[in-house]
Amino acid sequence: MISTERSLVFHTEWWKRLKGNSPKYVLILISPFLAGWFALFIGAFNISPTMVLKILFNEVIAPPHFLDIPERAIIIDIRLPRVILAGLVGIALSGSGVTLQGIFRNPLVDPFILGISAGAALGCALSVGFFPQLPIQLMAFLFSILAVILTYAVGRTQGEVSRLPLILSGVIISAFFTAMVSIVKFLVDPHKLQSIVFWLMGSFSLSDWRLVKIAGAGITAGLLPVLLMRWRLNAMSMGEEEAEALGVNVKRERIMFIGASSLAVSTAVSVSGIIGWVGLMVPHLVRMLIGPDHKTLVPLSMTAGAAFMVLTDTIARTLTDFDIPVGIITAIVGAPFFVYLMKSGGRESWKK
Amino acid sequence: MLEVKGIHFRHHHLEEDVLRGIGFTARSGEITTLLGPNGSGKTTVLKCIAGFWKPQRGEILFNKKNISNLPYEKRAKMLAIVPQEHEPPFPYSVLDAVLMGRVSHVGLFSSPSRHDYLKAEEAIEAVGISYLREKAYTRVSGGERQLVLIARALAQESPIMLLDEPTSHLDFGNQVSVLNKVRDIARQKGLTVLTTLHDPNMAMLFSDRVVMMSMGNIISDGTPDSVITEENLSRVYSIGVSVINYNGARVVCPKIRNDRD
Repeated sequence: MISTERSLVFHTEWWKRLKGNSPKYVLILISPFLAGWFALFIGAFNISPTMVLKILFNEVIAPPHFLDIPERAIIIDIRLPRVILAGLVGIALSGSGVTLQGIFRNPLVDPFILGISAGAALGCALSVGFFPQLPIQLMAFLFSILAVILTYAVGRTQGEVSRLPLILSGVIISAFFTAMVSIVKFLVDPHKLQSIVFWLMGSFSLSDWRLVKIAGAGITAGLLPVLLMRWRLNAMSMGEEEAEALGVNVKRERIMFIGASSLAVSTAVSVSGIIGWVGLMVPHLVRMLIGPDHKTLVPLSMTAGAAFMVLTDTIARTLTDFDIPVGIITAIVGAPFFVYLMKSGGRESWKK
Repeated sequence: MLEVKGIHFRHHHLEEDVLRGIGFTARSGEITTLLGPNGSGKTTVLKCIAGFWKPQRGEILFNKKNISNLPYEKRAKMLAIVPQEHEPPFPYSVLDAVLMGRVSHVGLFSSPSRHDYLKAEEAIEAVGISYLREKAYTRVSGGERQLVLIARALAQESPIMLLDEPTSHLDFGNQVSVLNKVRDIARQKGLTVLTTLHDPNMAMLFSDRVVMMSMGNIISDGTPDSVITEENLSRVYSIGVSVINYNGARVVCPKIRNDRD
């Protein structure tokens, strides 16, 4: 048995490890708040950083109309919901990305691999094109969930749903839904076509508190189980057989992870359109910075995703006079990032 | 004590039985080795015991209780498996890799506790790789990685340990040191260890009991000295062998025809 002296050494080392023996952890953890604060004072109408803090403080502590200045409306009614929505979507995309990367044992997986983006695109296209009485968000959400369910159903071979068939199935379903979207685009008039294309690019320009509430509910409901179960992703990444040997009920837990993260991503996509690259890049970057242990990787990917999304959205709305769809910014940042990764020590993050 | 009785197994798309009435006993604190050529069925036996494949007939009992139909979590508390080949997906530290052995002790919505970390540290210590604790397990040698997997199985705290050809990817020195470690651990912790090996000399050196198999049947079952004989080996491997006594140890030597004679 271990002597008490040795168990004390273990205890202190374990504790040090848990608290994060470098400021990296803390920095990544608080980054969304810093990014959010930054986003609140940058914009077409410049407001000083301290004024932002004063307004926020007032909102929480004092009665609402105590500080009735135009800056307050800008912060509280326009920028704050946008920042919070961007943060929530960033959390959803990044949290789901890291989860799927763990399940598929592949750091090059993104949250749309099971058909969510193609499903949302079809939902949006149908709503704009043929069923304007049904809101875009609802249709996008329903069709993205439908796409995942279809992917799962198609991916069942002999009662088993394993990784490769699931990915192939995702490719098939995505291709099919995308073809449907093309048909719709082909059939509708140019004005509607423009609306569809714009929505698909991904943007936060239409954020309001109502959307924040919806997004908050869906994304929290989706990611809370994932956050609680995150350590098991370590075992799941060992592969089906080994994970089962360790005691993981792979079938059940995989459905739980995929179902929960799909809920979060479908909600995110339904409020903001399709924003690519975030779910792929951010988990990858965080893994390179702090290692692959999902116990810390999952929460830190989420916060980093929030910070990243807030920052790119800030760039999107301040770079030029008009609001660039944020999906364009993430794509522009994404490609060179991956070139850099491939050329430098990115190999560390996967295999040998 | 692990008892295997009357196991018949075939793959559902094939006609022939791969295993034909396999039965043997493995005792705690001992290493029991399944020895045989490729295709003899020894890995199949291991997979059936591990629960990956279901035998059409037969029983698997541990301390008189049936363990064939346990759910994953309960099974993991009974059996720990050290795989033959392992491709690391991400560069987990050795400690995190070994900690994964605690999955069956950690709740679905929880993360490992201090107790789990302590158990992982103990396993690392028992296997003798404490100096590798923080190193990425993708960056350790093949032999060291095998020890990491053994430590992980140890951290599971299961009374049965199954090892599938634990030394086939290792060099000669590592084969000996890994098997030595496994034997020490089996004795110290009273584990029931069942392993498949294809090298008769390794089986001779490190087993307490040997079960020799060929084409889905058990040819012989008993102590290494009684099972690993010239007659059994030449029959099962279809080559000539001599078993030589040297300084109280027995060594298996293939008879090689020398064309110069």
